Amino acid sequence: MTSATASIMVSILGMADEASAESFFVSGRGALFGWLAIISVFVLVSIVMARGGKVFKVRPIAGLSAVDEAVGRATEMGRPVLFIPGIQDMDNVQTIAGLTILSRVGKTTADYDAQIEVPVSRSLVMTAGREALGASFLAAGRPDSFNEDQVYYVTDEQFGYTAYVSGLMVRKKPAACFYMGQFFAESLILSETGNSIGAIQIAGTAETSQLPFFVAACDYTLIGEEFFAASAYLSGEPDQMGSLRGQDLSKALVGAVLVLGVVAMTAGALVGGLDGVTGFFQSLVGG
Amino acid sequence: MSRQLAIIVTLVAGVLMVVSGFIKPTEGWGEDVAEWFNILAAIAFVLGAANIAKVHLSKISARDAGWGFSAITLLAFAVTFAVGIMKVGVNPMPAFPNVAMSGEKDAGGSAFWWVYTYVMSPITATMFSLLAFYVASAAFRAFRAKNTEATLLLVAAFVVLLGRTFAGVVLTGWIPADSDWAFLRFENLSTTIFEVFASAGNRAIIIGIALGVAATSLKIILGIDRSYMGSGD
Amino acid sequence: MSFIDRLDAIDRRWIFAMMACAVAIPIIVIGMTGVRFPEVPGPTSTAAFEAIEALPDGAKVLFSFDFDPASAGELQPMANAFMRHLGQKKAKVYCQTLWAPAPPLIEDTLKKCLLARNPDLVYGVDYLNLGYQAGNEGVMKVITTDYKQSFPTDAKGTRTSEIPMMQGIENTSSFDLIVVVSAGYPGSKEWVQYVVSPTLGKERPIQLVAGVTGVSAPQLVPYFPVQMKGMLAAIKGAAEYEFMVNEVIEAANPGRPLPPAFMEAQRRMAPQLFGHLLMVGLIIVGNTIFFLKRRQSRRGGTMGAAA
Repeated sequence: MTSATASIMVSILGMADEASAESFFVSGRGALFGWLAIISVFVLVSIVMARGGKVFKVRPIAGLSAVDEAVGRATEMGRPVLFIPGIQDMDNVQTIAGLTILSRVGKTTADYDAQIEVPVSRSLVMTAGREALGASFLAAGRPDSFNEDQVYYVTDEQFGYTAYVSGLMVRKKPAACFYMGQFFAESLILSETGNSIGAIQIAGTAETSQLPFFVAACDYTLIGEEFFAASAYLSGEPDQMGSLRGQDLSKALVGAVLVLGVVAMTAGALVGGLDGVTGFFQSLVGG
Repeated sequence: MSRQLAIIVTLVAGVLMVVSGFIKPTEGWGEDVAEWFNILAAIAFVLGAANIAKVHLSKISARDAGWGFSAITLLAFAVTFAVGIMKVGVNPMPAFPNVAMSGEKDAGGSAFWWVYTYVMSPITATMFSLLAFYVASAAFRAFRAKNTEATLLLVAAFVVLLGRTFAGVVLTGWIPADSDWAFLRFENLSTTIFEVFASAGNRAIIIGIALGVAATSLKIILGIDRSYMGSGD
Repeated sequence: MSFIDRLDAIDRRWIFAMMACAVAIPIIVIGMTGVRFPEVPGPTSTAAFEAIEALPDGAKVLFSFDFDPASAGELQPMANAFMRHLGQKKAKVYCQTLWAPAPPLIEDTLKKCLLARNPDLVYGVDYLNLGYQAGNEGVMKVITTDYKQSFPTDAKGTRTSEIPMMQGIENTSSFDLIVVVSAGYPGSKEWVQYVVSPTLGKERPIQLVAGVTGVSAPQLVPYFPVQMKGMLAAIKGAAEYEFMVNEVIEAANPGRPLPPAFMEAQRRMAPQLFGHLLMVGLIIVGNTIFFLKRRQSRRGGTMGAAA
């Protein structure tokens, strides 16, 4: 922690002196704390504004607009919808984002009276997935159509799971495949198998190493932050839209700091004598 | 009521994890929460095992498509579980020569080790190697110069594919390594694409993802987004 | 259906067959002839080599095997080369893993790459196998403050507090270098985020070198060279590093034959070469089909309009 941050903490929290602040706070995390606070304020203020009636627009995301089309196609063809919420556990935010999308896809599936199958690779995800899907069917007014065996556990082993899902695809030929969560090497195996059976495929992940594979093999791909924006986009709820707005404001701030920082550091290196400015930007990244 | 309890647990655990990252006396709390999760996940394994049995037994009894695979799955599960838990073929640890089951279940020569070495390893390696085949098929189908962006992608793919092998050295090896044009050698172009363009793109995407993760986590911790537990609407 | 249409709709199993040939034939030929291509080490591999080369005798190195048998084809040659190099440098190697299927890989690597060339090394004094610990990045967070809390015993069940090598090991900062060979999650990215980054800007930042799969390398490049001192990317990175390690070992042991296992990464560059060439060929064919079909459809469109 910088001495400036320590001083602020001393004055805010009424600590005896800077030394006690130093022993109370984890050192070197001042900048991180500052960024966390700013992002949280942006998100919370935007949510409050949205609740107050402020309308925020969100750009069209093709992959999410295609959810209805994909489920409708599966219904017409009389084939199931396959949903994979990644291969990680419930402590992974991508899995949670995937289940959020499952609840929307599940509701559409229930509306259309289509079949959905959700094989998962973690036991806890199975339990949470059943909750999410069950509530979706309930919200669609079709609680009787929900069968908890639609969400089932396969194995934790990465390629054991991949082998099972690939086999399932070849045998049952789902008309729509959703891959929403964290994926690793199995991403291309699954999406290429889905492609070979002619399924319409929508993927979403924040695992950047797998994005090229999904882009190559799927019809639509939610890239990084689009994946996390899906819940706001699909629900349109003011709280969700507000949080999206807060996220965008944060990104604008990060972009501005990035550009100014690059300019300041470059100028500092070229002309010198800008130690105060360059030091300020270094402190923003905890350096 | 149970849903409200879940939201409270999420809030408390989330706040603890955040606080533990900044306040020294609470540093261990975040680790404790992570350990609780591990305990929960370990208990959930039992649920998973029961579900495997239920799903596959019902497939076998209904003679569903692929029921034979279900039978193999159950058999493999039972055999691996049995040899692991009974430590078949495990020698006692040198420190406890009289305790028959004191050795590690996967010690060299044990039945579990045999399953690992001669069944699991080759099967999973085979699955991983399938990537080479799928990549080739995807490249044939998807790498088409349909527009400017796709053409750039195509050119970058060419350079990296050649630059990451000896072919690149052969094709552009005639450019002297110490000349001003050395950057045009395939291996150098490949490194530049990797370290400059790919790295810049990745950084931009990572920043967006980090903000998305932060906003999503905040929504979940504060209970604004509950759709993952089926109560979004 | 014209030839172009049939080629465009080719059964993908033909492509699979071509890839099988492109990979299998070089493996067989190289196995029979022993031919290998010379390597030109890139900057990330060279940096990894130099980071280990700069270690003093007896340096304490934590080696995390965060991969499984599935990815061993790509990562094991890296692990082998790292282990041999550490052995050559007389480093004290502390092996661990955060991946449940990895413990047998540690045993195998120690046996083949460390003990085979250095049979006098004593377990617990010169090298140590701490085995697997569940908890992913949770373990990383704990070992940054108290290593023995996460690893109270080694892989053989001996209390770490009773092992000579563990004297003086308090947390991850006690190591001179951390080597991570990783396939996914938890892996190098988490090591950077939870173990290395908190020490940046401090008096003694943690030094880390990593070996990673080709697919995850672009994601990790931004961390080089600040958070990661060096990186081996895919089998190409492994081949470059193996080439440099072999040169050092051959120079130190002139005339001593090099077992084929220690040229595994370089040998795998031949199938990689032909696999890549096949893909280049497929892309060219695919685009030729694309442009021919586009020209056909334009002609058809013009004729239709004229009619």
